[in-house]
Order: sequence, then structure tokens, then C-alpha cells
Amino acid sequence: MGPLDFHVFLQPVPTGETTYLGWLLQGLRTTVLLSACAWAVALLLGSLLGVLRTVPSRGLRAIATAYVELFRNVPLLAQLFIWYFVVPEIVPGGERFKQIDPWLQQFLASMVCLGLFTAARVCEQVRAGIESLSRGQRSAALALGLTLPQAYRHVLLPMAARIIVPPLTSETLNVFKNSAVCSTIGLLELTAQGRQLVDYTARAYESFLAVTALYLVLNAAVLLVMRRVEARSRVPGYLGAGR
Amino acid sequence: MYQLDWSSIPGALPFLWQGMKISLQITLVAIAAGIAWGTILAVMRLSPLRPVAMLAAGYVSLFRSIPLVMVLLWFFLVVPTLLRDVLGLSHATDLRLASAMVGFSLFEAAYYSEIMRAGIQSVSRGQAQAALALGMRPLQAMWLVVLPQAFRNMMPLLLTQAIILFQDTSLVYVSALADFFGAAYKVGDRDGRLVEMLLFAGAVYFVICSAASFAVRRFQQRLAA
Repeated sequence: MGPLDFHVFLQPVPTGETTYLGWLLQGLRTTVLLSACAWAVALLLGSLLGVLRTVPSRGLRAIATAYVELFRNVPLLAQLFIWYFVVPEIVPGGERFKQIDPWLQQFLASMVCLGLFTAARVCEQVRAGIESLSRGQRSAALALGLTLPQAYRHVLLPMAARIIVPPLTSETLNVFKNSAVCSTIGLLELTAQGRQLVDYTARAYESFLAVTALYLVLNAAVLLVMRRVEARSRVPGYLGAGR
Repeated sequence: MYQLDWSSIPGALPFLWQGMKISLQITLVAIAAGIAWGTILAVMRLSPLRPVAMLAAGYVSLFRSIPLVMVLLWFFLVVPTLLRDVLGLSHATDLRLASAMVGFSLFEAAYYSEIMRAGIQSVSRGQAQAALALGMRPLQAMWLVVLPQAFRNMMPLLLTQAIILFQDTSLVYVSALADFFGAAYKVGDRDGRLVEMLLFAGAVYFVICSAASFAVRRFQQRLAA
């Protein structure tokens, strides 16, 4: 191993349209885009599932519980490969999926996989948030004549959402970190760009140092944003619920 | 419509079992080393000496900020070079398993240390004070009085983390090391039966991990009772 040489990042890539640094930044952009989209899916689906886990109906509760069990007990990598290699084969219409742009195929499979995986974890936080509210809140809402959906919409969810922001911060960080798994199906996000750089330049240490530094910056940026959200959403008198 | 054909599984079982043994080896080594190193880190973090506490805090937050895939790539790059220099091994020696074990142990230690820190803090201060009043030195009080109780309190979380760790070992795929998942992928790729092998691998993980989670929940209820 020779001395570190970071000039390599300023050299043009073989096709000439950008520099190696440009590749890394493209990867960073894909990581951010993927994580943001997956996070949106996870938040929507996870909230819905979290509500289902607390409703009176046994059947609906069982569906949400089964979802959480399934998505928590299969490794993320296995889930990703199933979404990318298996689902298009066995689901009707999969043929058309295989004809779209390869980048979009990888991106969609990654987004669905990360989103659904994270939804199971968001679901548990939402459930913990709703369960941490005193039973009186639900009873009072119903006694005032609100229907159950109205009670969730106007009373339980707004409170629970504010209580669970701190645990959701760590889930947000997890989405960004887990997105690195998607490099395994060829999606050129940050980690994959770093590996590609090693293949092209044989500068493994420099590439990995740069990628690691970018992840640290990303982590710090997400944390900074979430701390502001936490400060603005804190409910006076409540400590964080869940873990 | 795709025709499922499971016929390549029976013949592949011995190879898959070889892979499962690698997954289990990495898991067990990383649990043991991760808890040991994680406990040391937790004690360091609670140390009254600021530099020691900051060193441990820095270690934990560094490893918690980087994706596991990236950590593994680092270890597959650095550990073989390092071990070869130190032990004078030839380049032919396959060090991927050793690299994976070192990588997972050091990575999981950061997560175990957070659990153990909470565990140590869950033991009432009176316990440590009583031990000190009896004439024990601080580390003796930690080892003989506080840590045994911390372990007991945190056992369910430590076990849950072990299940997550077992699932995460599938990520050694990035080094092409044939753990259970890697073996299943290789067989599927070879026989053109990727769909069946991936579904089978997912099902095996699901059965093992949900059985283990169920056992942990039962154990937790017994602790609480």
C-alpha cells in the first residue's frame, strides 16, 4: 500500500463525461433519493399498519401482526433479491417490468424492498406510540361522539405521531444505512460507486475513505434535520415512547 | 406463467448445510466477541475518566453511522493485508471467513455496548455503593455485582440482537463467501432455478428467526413473571 493520493478523484472517468468525484456524488444523489422515497413508503404503510395493530377487530390486528413477523424475520438481503429476481418472474405483468430501463428496475425494486421492510419497524413504533396514550383519550373521543376512524384521525394519531419522533429518528438513519444493501443488485448508489471506483482506479483506501466520509456527513445531516423536527414536535410533559 | 420446480433443492442440501455452518460460525463468534468487547466499551463509556469515556463514545457512534455493508467491505480489504503482514501468511490463504468474523464482532460490539450501557444503568446505584462500602474496588464491584444483574436484565435484548445479527450475516454475500444465503444463490444461479432457491432461503431464515423470536418472547415472559 502506497501513500494516500486523493488526486485520483479529479481525474476524468474513462467515458470522459465526469470525474471520479462526479461518480461519487451521483451515487450520493441516488442514495438520498432512494432513502427518501423508501422512507415515504415506510411512513405511510407503517402508520396504517400501526393503526391496524391497535384497532378492536381481531382479524385486522392479525393481518398487521403477520406482516410485521414476516418482514422482520427474513434478512433484508433476501427480501431485496426476492423483490428483484423472484417477483417479476412469478407475478403477472412481470414481463413488462423487465422491459423498462434497468436503472429504474433496480431503483423500484430497492424502493419497494426498503420501504416495506422499514414499514414493519415504523408500525411497531406507531403501535407503541398509540398504546402509550392513556386509555382515557380514546374513551373521551368516543364519548364525544367521534367515530373510531375520527378518533384516530383527530385525537390518537396526532398525539402518537409527535410522541414517536425520537425513535423514528433512528429509523430514518437506518433507512439511509440500509440503502447500501441495494448495491448488491447493481444499483449505483454510494457504496456501489465506491466499489466501481476501486475497480477502475485500484485506489481502494482512498475510495472507501471518501465513501465512509460521505456516509458520516449524510448521517450528521439527517440527525441535524431530525433534531429540529424533534424540538418542534415535542409534546410538553411527555417523554419519548417506544424504544 | 412461471412453473416452479423445486427439484434442485434435495441434491443441494449438503452444500447449503455447509453454508449454514459458516453463517452460524460467524454468528456465534460475533455474539461472544461482540458482547465481550461491547461490555468493555459500555464500562469505558460510564468511566469517570473523560478521555476513556469519549474514546468509547467515538467508537460506538462511528460504527453506528456507517452501513454494515461498508464496514464489511473495509474489513475484507484491510484485515487480509494486516493478518498476512503480521502472521506471514501466503497470499493463497483464504481469509474471508476470518475477516467476516472480525468485522461482525467489532461492528456488533457497538450495538451490544448500547444495550449493556442501558443494562448497567438499570441496576440501582445502591448496589454499586453497597459493594464499594464492603471494600470492593470499583472494577470488582462492576464485575461481581453490577454486570451479572445487568446481563440478566438485558438478556431479552441481547438475544434479539443475536437474531438480527444472524440475519445480517447474509451480507457476507459482498465478499462472495458462501454462507447459507450465498450458497443458495450459487445453486440457484448454477441450475437456473434462482426463483425457487431464493424463496427457499427466505423461508428457512423465516422459520429459524421466528422460532427464535418466539422463544425469546416466552423467556421474557418467564423473567417478568
